[in-house]
Amino acid sequence: MTRLRQMHSPLAWGMVFLVAALGIVGVPLLNTMTEAGSTWHVPDYMVPLLGKFLCYALVALAMDLIWGYAGILSLGHGVFFALGGYAMGMYLMRSMAGLGVYRSELPDFMVFLDWKELPWFWYGFDNFGFAMFMALAVPAVLAYIFGFLAFRSRIKGVYFSIITQAMTFALMLLFFRNETGFGGNNGLTDFKFLLGYNLQEHDTRLALYVITASVLFISYLVCRWLVTSKFGRVLMAIRDAESRVMFCGYNPLQYKLFAWTFSAILCGLAGALYVPQVGIINPSEMMPANSIEMAIWVAVGGRGTLIGGLVGSGVVNGMKSWFTVSYPDLWLYFLGGLFIFVTLFLPRGLVGLFKRKDSA
Amino acid sequence: MNAWLERTREFWRRDQVFDFMLPPLQSRELDVSHGVVLYLENITVSFDGFKALNNLNLYVNNGELRCIIGANGAGKTTMMDVITGKTRPDTGAVFFGQKIDLTKYNESEIAAAGVGRKFQKPTVFENHTVLENLELAMQMNKSTFVSLTARLSGEQRDRIDEVLSIIGLTEQVYLRAGLLSHGQKQWLEIGMLLMQSPYLLLVDEPVAGMTQQEIERTAELLTSLAPRHSVVVVEHDMAFVRSIARTVTVLHEGSVLAEGKMDEVQANPKVIEVYLGEGY
Ligand SMILES: Nc1ncnc2c1ncn2[C@@H]1O[C@H](COP(=O)(O)OP(=O)(O)OP(=O)(O)O)[C@@H](O)[C@H]1O
Ligand SMILES: [Mg+2]
Repeated sequence: MTRLRQMHSPLAWGMVFLVAALGIVGVPLLNTMTEAGSTWHVPDYMVPLLGKFLCYALVALAMDLIWGYAGILSLGHGVFFALGGYAMGMYLMRSMAGLGVYRSELPDFMVFLDWKELPWFWYGFDNFGFAMFMALAVPAVLAYIFGFLAFRSRIKGVYFSIITQAMTFALMLLFFRNETGFGGNNGLTDFKFLLGYNLQEHDTRLALYVITASVLFISYLVCRWLVTSKFGRVLMAIRDAESRVMFCGYNPLQYKLFAWTFSAILCGLAGALYVPQVGIINPSEMMPANSIEMAIWVAVGGRGTLIGGLVGSGVVNGMKSWFTVSYPDLWLYFLGGLFIFVTLFLPRGLVGLFKRKDSA
Repeated sequence: MNAWLERTREFWRRDQVFDFMLPPLQSRELDVSHGVVLYLENITVSFDGFKALNNLNLYVNNGELRCIIGANGAGKTTMMDVITGKTRPDTGAVFFGQKIDLTKYNESEIAAAGVGRKFQKPTVFENHTVLENLELAMQMNKSTFVSLTARLSGEQRDRIDEVLSIIGLTEQVYLRAGLLSHGQKQWLEIGMLLMQSPYLLLVDEPVAGMTQQEIERTAELLTSLAPRHSVVVVEHDMAFVRSIARTVTVLHEGSVLAEGKMDEVQANPKVIEVYLGEGY
């Protein structure tokens, strides 16, 4: 009970549940129960789009956990997202074996490359459970190893951010190669079924949306629980005065590594939910710019609040959708300008506008 | 090349085990059977050839309050860095009690073993409340997974209240530490040390920037800690040192110049020569 009160004030709990109910139940209801012409109607094409935004919001949550609370700015979270997406993509490819253009047991791109058998690292991906496990485990293991090496060498700040950029760039180049075995620059696409459900059907999309919204809600609660625990207080202490934390007898390496790996797992989860809704995964998800954009979502929304990441990703992606239709050439300039504006004038982000100055 | 040779030789020494085979420093039992809590022997630390510590020898008795004085750059902070594992000495031995070789462990392990440190510049967690600062410092299992579910027990809360009254911050318990005055931050940091229940407290310039009143309170606070804890205080303020000191050690250019009672030390011709014209 006291623990719940530490997580949110009663009022805030009310708001959280209200927003969650709107997202998880409200949107599907507005989509199915209202007439196409009504002002409250959510058109069918909006559902996967909103689902996509929620995946981005999950990434922003993961990003805020590590940046806002542990002070570690990752510019490589796109990698974890993409790896989760690839694991899901591999399952989707395997689940349509024999139904591709070439009617082969192998995914189309392998037939195209004249490969005769499935590479060993594709084994097991016809099993949904295994694929989901890998969607979380591969980002986790990569993050753990990378984090262990970086944090143990006490690499911090800008240096850390730069090597995460290098990581995402290196993996992008690797995945671009056809020989790597993940479809090269086309990536994996033309998916048909998820657990037997047709991905082209609206009901499947609606179900995916509801699952994504629920996962985001649960992840938010878990993150909130984490940051209001003593673990969270140690994490923030590491962000503010790492050496003091060490001299208090904590090993910051363990704390950072836990938060970092958990953050990567959330990204993997987001990637796995993203791919069936957008229908494609390719190496461009690992572009360094994508990871930077993720950091901008959090900066715009406000660091160290969890809510800020969610708000920021919603606002920036909403604007992006509009811009890329109306002024596609101007989007990157606008994004850069927005980042500078927020850094200079809103260091606490949009959410910071509503918070009192002295609250921690 | 030379350093490399040295390291290789170190690696093959038969009287030592490899670092990674050392048992974790978990037991909080300290062997002070010889009455000495800290041994520093022949410590040398050089930065780019400049010797910040030069063959330093220092022994701190169990339950003692020791003051260390010395001009700027004498190596006082560096000495604390060596004890707490922040800086590795080039040569020399650092023993905590009879058995624990501190040069083998890192900062958090040394802190967990019972060495508390107050920094020269006050460092508290500014975004945390006073209560949270003390909670974070409290002596307990500090591994990640324990922290996930850790809650303050009534006993622990009592201990915090006790420390709060020692450092005089009972009223400010829910205040964000960043809003405390400079002197209050210094006390909070000392309170955090107390929460760790260390055997040995290292206190670097505790009264810098304090008002006269605050200085007097700090003097009381520190003297009340010995002999339950051993305390090493580094300080420039001579009046303050005089008011708390039993034994004083004078550091100069990285080694001990003199040691003894305050009066003896101040009458020592070598000390007078070094400090002549510095207003002491
Ligand atoms: N990391 C470092 N790199 C290079 N030189 C250093 C380093 N740390 C300390 N020094 C030098 O070592 C000498 C001793 O420094 P130290 O901080 O121990 O002095 P101090 O006795 O604490 O002085 P103060 O009274 O000013 O605090 C100084 O000359 C300082 O410039
Ligand atoms: Mg100093």
